[in-house]
Amino acid sequence: MKKQGVGARLIRKEDDRYMRGRGEFVGDIRRAGMADVAFVRSPLAHARIKSVTIPEDIRANVVIAADMKSVRPITAITSLPGFKPSSQPVLADEKVRHVGELIAFCIAPTRAEAEDLVARVEVNFEERPPVHDMLQAREKDTALVHDDWGDNIFLETLVEYDMAQAEREAVIKVTREFSTARQCMSPIEGRGVVAEWDHRLEQLTIHSSTQMPHIVRSGLSECLGIDHGHIRVIAPDVGGGFGYKGILLPEEVCLSWATMHFGHPMRWLEDRRENLTASANCREHHYVLTAYADKDGKLLGLDAEATVDSGAYSSYPFSACLEAAQVASILPGVYDFPHYSCHTFSAATNKPPILPYRGVARTGVCFAMELMIDAVARELELEPTDVRLKNLVRPEQMPFENITKKHFDSGDYPEALRRAVKEIDLKAIRKRQKKGESDERLLGIGFAMYSEQAAHGTSVYAGWGIPMVPGHEQANARLTPDGGLEVRIGAHSHGQGLETTLSQVANEILAIPHDKIKVVHGDTAYTPYSTGTWGSRCMVMSGGAVAEACDQLAARTRSIAAKMLQCKPQDVTLRDGRAFGPTGELTIEEVAYVWYRRPQDLPDDVDPSGLEVTAGYKPERDSGTFSYAAHATVVAVDTSTGEVDILDYVIVEDGGVLVNPMIVDGQIYGGAAQGVGTALYEEMLFDAEAQPLASTLSDYLLPGPTEVPSIRIHHMETPSPYTRFGVKGIGEGGAIAPPAAITNAINDALKHLGAELTMSPVTPRRIVEAIAAVQEGAAA
Amino acid sequence: MKPVAFDYTRPRSISAALELLDSNPNAKILAGGQTLGPMLNLRLVQPELLIDITRIPELAAVTEGDDGIGIGACVTHAAIEDGRIGEPANGYLNRVASGIAYRAVRTRGTIGGSLSHADPAADWLAALLALNGELEIVGANGTRRAALDAFVTGAMETDLGPSELVAAVRIPKRSRAIRHGYHKICRKTGEFADAIGAVAIDDKKGEFRMAAAGGSHAPIVFTDPRHLFRSADPMDADSFDIEMGGAALRDAGMNADDYDLRLRAITLQRAVHDAVQR
Repeated sequence: MKKQGVGARLIRKEDDRYMRGRGEFVGDIRRAGMADVAFVRSPLAHARIKSVTIPEDIRANVVIAADMKSVRPITAITSLPGFKPSSQPVLADEKVRHVGELIAFCIAPTRAEAEDLVARVEVNFEERPPVHDMLQAREKDTALVHDDWGDNIFLETLVEYDMAQAEREAVIKVTREFSTARQCMSPIEGRGVVAEWDHRLEQLTIHSSTQMPHIVRSGLSECLGIDHGHIRVIAPDVGGGFGYKGILLPEEVCLSWATMHFGHPMRWLEDRRENLTASANCREHHYVLTAYADKDGKLLGLDAEATVDSGAYSSYPFSACLEAAQVASILPGVYDFPHYSCHTFSAATNKPPILPYRGVARTGVCFAMELMIDAVARELELEPTDVRLKNLVRPEQMPFENITKKHFDSGDYPEALRRAVKEIDLKAIRKRQKKGESDERLLGIGFAMYSEQAAHGTSVYAGWGIPMVPGHEQANARLTPDGGLEVRIGAHSHGQGLETTLSQVANEILAIPHDKIKVVHGDTAYTPYSTGTWGSRCMVMSGGAVAEACDQLAARTRSIAAKMLQCKPQDVTLRDGRAFGPTGELTIEEVAYVWYRRPQDLPDDVDPSGLEVTAGYKPERDSGTFSYAAHATVVAVDTSTGEVDILDYVIVEDGGVLVNPMIVDGQIYGGAAQGVGTALYEEMLFDAEAQPLASTLSDYLLPGPTEVPSIRIHHMETPSPYTRFGVKGIGEGGAIAPPAAITNAINDALKHLGAELTMSPVTPRRIVEAIAAVQEGAAA
Repeated sequence: MKPVAFDYTRPRSISAALELLDSNPNAKILAGGQTLGPMLNLRLVQPELLIDITRIPELAAVTEGDDGIGIGACVTHAAIEDGRIGEPANGYLNRVASGIAYRAVRTRGTIGGSLSHADPAADWLAALLALNGELEIVGANGTRRAALDAFVTGAMETDLGPSELVAAVRIPKRSRAIRHGYHKICRKTGEFADAIGAVAIDDKKGEFRMAAAGGSHAPIVFTDPRHLFRSADPMDADSFDIEMGGAALRDAGMNADDYDLRLRAITLQRAVHDAVQR
């Protein structure tokens, strides 16, 4: 039989239904008597609500905060000292703090009719000065987003490792200001909820397009004040997550309350305008960095001030501070240097809250750090890759504890870079640059590296103390009477291909054919508790748990088979869907049949727990796996229009042992496409009134097929010493480095003009203006 | 977002359509729906009646006469792209059509709808201004012809009366010697253009028209732009002076910032390049 276990390049099982249009998403669900919900949202970023006026004839179909008095606000705390918690009302009652915040909702047979009702609800506001910018938020005398705070800072942190010494020893000192735009995560499917009440089970059932059904269940229990046992959360097919669906939504709470109150099913499907203008955003960072280096480009220290625009509220469960906390701890990147200081601010503004988007803070951090490395190289007139090689953590140092106590588990970072240099052919590009292009565009080459902490567990999250700290991950494995296998996990798969890869893990151990294995996920009633899908954790954590459960199931299977084969359990091997003894063989189906249908044939000492196991797993060390990559790209810049053309893109990636290399490639392509969006296109601008300036996808630009280059991927495979099979989390990596690599390439192209871009996205206008600014400076 | 409730009707003749339009002050004409559809969903328009004109045979017709070619308002971009109406203006229209948005949009979107909407970031406006195109407009008082540059009074503004509709676009007949050039700059494939330059040069007859558009600024037409060239020969595209071009656009009333003016001047130069190469 063809290999179906760990390492096999199998087609995804889930593709069959997706490619035939048979996926079942929240929008596909129909229930008898189901009503549609549309929300009355704030048109203002910051205002007091003076009154809400509802025409009498529709009062019964409109819900405002006063109707939902028993519902508690959403509160996502952290245990970080000095953190100021926000209280996010499910429906705003006194004050609105961002455009799009919920004020009321309207219930009607169809969405169009519900929107008709929305148009008839009048809200009277008393406008307050909005806080539209994170640096403005930090200034004294700025309006307060939360009146009782005294300032607009969720959290301020400071770490310092003897910067004074770096200053004394350095030959050069390079200071730069960097920023990354606020982005909207844009999965093809937005959010959606269908909520209903089951009288027989006394159970609220909500179908929600979420990455973390169990966390949503806990959040609903807290907000609604009802027991977990009365709540079932189902995440059906979900059309992409990327972090956007890792949040407890006020909409989920509203619909849950409404179905219990009104007694019939309720539906809300987020539209693209709500997605872009009202729901959580991501990525908005600002940095001031100073690097200290010797004459060879060896870094001596880095001094950083980082501000994250956390928006109006601390979102549940990741909080307003995960992003900045991560900035402080991962800014040093893949480099080894002795001195470091980082001062962070998580600023509250009158914008939607932020969520961790694929790569979380790493995309911003990589942008700042990798642009800084190139700035140092330009200052010293060195090749940027040489500066990187001088500073990278070396393979002989692994496992390596860096300056912020991150424990890099394994890998050969310099080798990844050397391969990228070779594959993109740095020498040839330098030669071609000297010659010049026939169309007069400028050629540039750029590199960026990162390492990606993934599947980090209790030891990391306990320190942050957010509403969700991951512990042991569990999986359930059950042999069916016909020899098939059901695997149940609490995490969710929405593009990761877990229905395929976890089946491969189970096949690796139990040797049950891939097509007889069913991976069940996305339902709190069917699956063990899990914090869900985030942090590139599923292959490590759910994969480890499935392996553990299958190990135990294999032992029990062997023991039953041994009696039937008249041998010892340790003499039984499982292979190709069969159990082999020294003198005979059985199918797994025959073994299962005996347990379920002919127990009279079982051994006397059979394990009474049977052919169903729930097992828990944590890696040997839960500080996270570190996959890493070197990205290299060649761009051509039209200096007259600012247009950028990506001519070549190479990724050398080490994700440890790959369970399904084809799926990993898909993850990298998809992530890199999003990285191209961050680099060149995606930007949610707000005006001084904190009004979002894009409300459709013709204003908020996403890269399409013709904007994403043909990417060449090369794999290295250094196993993690701490995880089952040596796997590492890899799902986010593709999205981390492209903004840095592409911007470095653009800056390389513009080097002789003296222009340098330091803000993402690098738009044509910004390029032309940066060149003009240098020319005007020279003229003046 | 879902539209407000509206009625829908699909007349089979121009006169029936005009009657409906005249008797329903809050009606909207629906052709390909590529702009109207999103506007309905965003509730930016809230009509009581949509009059679908795509089944009126005259509006889908293409007529060729001595003075030029008439393209029915409901002819789709895809039909033009695919050459189903021939190759008017030496294939120029086919080329312009092939660059409009995405194929799915081109399959439904119509030339008349695009011109009626008069979005300066859409392709047909600049492309046909350079050709000195005309519109055939029908209304209660019969048919009138309007030069496109007179018809368009601003960005998304036209002199189309409330009870009128665009029936056809007329492309005047020109000598085979005329050269057409087109260039647009947009942030990504299929996106509305930040800058469009379109030119028609007939060196023998001494005719030379340029149109610049893009973004949210009303298009500008230059009927004799030779003074914007440093060389005496307008076929010397490189001699088109981008600085002067930008200044001329500003002087002609394009109220855009330096970057946008420059970008549009660049598209004019590149459109000349495109014309010369053909």
